[in-house]
Amino acid sequence: MRIPSILLCAMIVIMLGGCAGSGPSTSADDAAGETTYDNATLENMREGTYNDAWESSYEPLPARPTVIQDATVMTAAGETIREGDVLLRDRTIDSVGTDVPVPEGARVIDGSGKYVTPGIIDSHSHLGVSATPEVGPHYDNNEEGMATPGLWMEHGVWPQGPGFARALAGGTTTALLLPGSGDVIEGRGFTAKLVPGRSPQDMKFPDAPPTLKMACGENPKGGSSYPTTRMGIAEGFRSTFIEAQKYRKQWDAWLEAPTGDPPERNLGMETLAEVLRGNMLVQVHCYRADDMTTMLEIAQEFDFEIRSFHHAVEAYKIRDRLAEEEVSASMWSDWWGFKMEAFDGIPENVALMHDAGARAIVHSDDDLEIQRLNQEAAKALRAGREAGVDITRNEALRWITAHPAWALGIQDRVGTLEEGKNADVVLWSSDPFSIYTKAQRVWVDGALVYDRNDPDYQPRSDFELGSPSTQN
Amino acid sequence: MVSLRRFLPVLVLLLVGLLCCRPAAHAQPTAIVGGTVHPVSEPPIEDGVVILEDDTIAAVGPRAEVSMPEGARRIDADGTVVTPGLIDAATSTGLIEVSAVASTRDQALDTDDAVRAAFRVTDGINPNSVVIPVTRLGGVTTVASIPTGGGISGQGAVIDLHGPTLQEMLVRDRAAMYAHFTPEAAEAAGEARGGLALRLREAFEDAQFYAENEDAYQEGATRSLSVSRLDLEALASVLAGDRPLVVRAARASDIDAALRIAEEFDVSLRILGGEEAWMRAERLADAEVPVIVKALDNLPAEFDRLGTRFDNATQLSEAGVPVILSTLDTHNARNLRLEAGHAVRHGMDWDAALRAVTEAPARALGVHDTHGSLEPGKTANVVVWSGDPFELMTSARHVFIGGTRVEDDSRQKRLMRRYRDQEEQPQAYDDGTGQ
Repeated sequence: MRIPSILLCAMIVIMLGGCAGSGPSTSADDAAGETTYDNATLENMREGTYNDAWESSYEPLPARPTVIQDATVMTAAGETIREGDVLLRDRTIDSVGTDVPVPEGARVIDGSGKYVTPGIIDSHSHLGVSATPEVGPHYDNNEEGMATPGLWMEHGVWPQGPGFARALAGGTTTALLLPGSGDVIEGRGFTAKLVPGRSPQDMKFPDAPPTLKMACGENPKGGSSYPTTRMGIAEGFRSTFIEAQKYRKQWDAWLEAPTGDPPERNLGMETLAEVLRGNMLVQVHCYRADDMTTMLEIAQEFDFEIRSFHHAVEAYKIRDRLAEEEVSASMWSDWWGFKMEAFDGIPENVALMHDAGARAIVHSDDDLEIQRLNQEAAKALRAGREAGVDITRNEALRWITAHPAWALGIQDRVGTLEEGKNADVVLWSSDPFSIYTKAQRVWVDGALVYDRNDPDYQPRSDFELGSPSTQN
Repeated sequence: MVSLRRFLPVLVLLLVGLLCCRPAAHAQPTAIVGGTVHPVSEPPIEDGVVILEDDTIAAVGPRAEVSMPEGARRIDADGTVVTPGLIDAATSTGLIEVSAVASTRDQALDTDDAVRAAFRVTDGINPNSVVIPVTRLGGVTTVASIPTGGGISGQGAVIDLHGPTLQEMLVRDRAAMYAHFTPEAAEAAGEARGGLALRLREAFEDAQFYAENEDAYQEGATRSLSVSRLDLEALASVLAGDRPLVVRAARASDIDAALRIAEEFDVSLRILGGEEAWMRAERLADAEVPVIVKALDNLPAEFDRLGTRFDNATQLSEAGVPVILSTLDTHNARNLRLEAGHAVRHGMDWDAALRAVTEAPARALGVHDTHGSLEPGKTANVVVWSGDPFELMTSARHVFIGGTRVEDDSRQKRLMRRYRDQEEQPQAYDDGTGQ
């Protein structure tokens, strides 16, 4: 079911007594001279935004009703419709089926011989974070320090990163941009629509739940300062969360009876308190099976949930546990061997996770692979089938659509072609699991944002003006 | 008159000798029967047959025209595609086990010196590297393992990915000399491209001088030269045409510099990487310089490659440049076929793409006599694919290297089987062989 953002806002108001959209709420003195706070302000304070700063300023491009006709429609919701039609209207998937009536004035696109899928979603990208060209001044992944939960990815995203337009041309419409992974806690992630913008907020996925990036294993212990062992990493997490528990307790008590000055503010603790309250989707970079189980124990100790393990090259070793605990794994199709903790990577990792009933995701973590996640899913599908795992094409498509949508907490709005969802749609020249196939057209919220055959619909970064590079 | 009876015991002995004491090289022949055979050197053959005897290809042709050797092991290849084993021209296979672990890396000489021409990778190649079985199961039967680092990095080797020792694997030692005309290489020569060019020219000039005055040099009767005796010898061998110079260069102007230097010293040149080579397609075609390209790249990843394009290989190929497709990778060199598929996706002719991962690298690395095509007498490196080898859903069904069918086995396969087949016993008791 699609929830329009205005309705969502209303629901939040009812449930939580506030809405981030209600505007800055300054405190006012009441008759007794005590400072009081309205619910919207309290909600903002709890979330760590305090007012409407950092709100999404994303505006969908102009759109008109569009019908794609007679295509093979892979909905990622279970069925594949031969000679199917998809109607995009009012920013949403209006209808999916055969012989869908064409509304007056609608643009009709012949999809015969072509395929339609939902826009692809990448649960792990550094586009605009360590943007190409990968020169030192473009590196915005990590700060020095053991844990830096006060960092927000959206403060380090360069919207002119040349990779964004290329990812869109590969059919990827949404990505979680992440800091890291040099510290145990790196900061908040940034869920972006891969549309051109002048500010990060222009690309900010409206009302996407906040995410937090954490990391374990070789990267956070790889520096010269503490931690330099896996033990140090675990201690770092636990000490930091003990502090966060105190902070949350203090703040929750005040939020319960918000009179007088609030407790002192701490950006990092603010974020971790939201993790402890269950309001933040935790994304953990982990390779080895034992690193992941350590993280599961820490999550249990401090009573929070991990939404997705990222990279998870040994997820196959503990897939039963990941299935049982409903933790997804965001994986490459076949990367291995580049570091010690990737030595046991196998191409059947994704398929074996799927086979155990766990939520498998194919992610990129790479400015090239984000342009061809469909191919990476196909590689994982082939490896799985070669190993005797029974996998449908629909399921393999879900590895790069519905499942990453879930990891990002936007599964009710994107990730499948179901009526009422955002009209993020890709028209492919042929079977998306063929290497020869290209994304021909891409729509985001019903608006055409990329057309391979029309240079007017091919975005390009400022950086590339006048350079020899012309993407293709 | 020679009596048969008199010679009978000898004949018997000979026969017995042939039957029981045949040297291992005389193995059972293999007949790959059916499927579309792409010899590369010739047009494709529908319903073809490839006969492998010992370590070489004995026959290739249509089913009706090839006679089956007696006792041949028959591989039913109906509906498949049969190609030469793929060749990746730029890997560090056998030289790098775990990229981030320095003690497992042997591809670069760690020195500040820009010229490391005498450095050879060969003695550092580990035939037991776990990367090797993983790579060959992807249909890659042969690779160039190449050195990196500095301005002139050293000499690489071409190896087949099968054999108990390097001796059995080695196709051509010191197959090429590798150099870098990149910003990283310039760092070792004063952080300027001009400084790098200076060092390269000086080294080649001195090598020329050395070749012409070797006796005087040995007697210490010459001026001092810029590099060591071993470097001079190595560079002189390039000047003598014993091996080509492969220059890693991305920017169009860096490719120009490599072309200039190669012309000045009359050395046989190949460009490696060549991200902006499409801008110099005609010039490279005129100079007949092969270019080793990674097709799966369109990012302006560095300032020396802002013009990186997916259709680089296509443009070069159409201009008549000998194009070689490579992963420029080690652990995922197994995906070489996808480089070819990707090039086709962006306009390259299918047959040209197949040539770019077989015959073209074999020629560029000087191993064309034995590798790169399915021709009688060549090394029996053959892959039987379930379909179009460039497609994502296609599998390599049979991989032959030197006539031996490689087992469906690797450390990765063992990990997979150990954890796929959940038994009552802990995984540690399962050896992953599936037995």
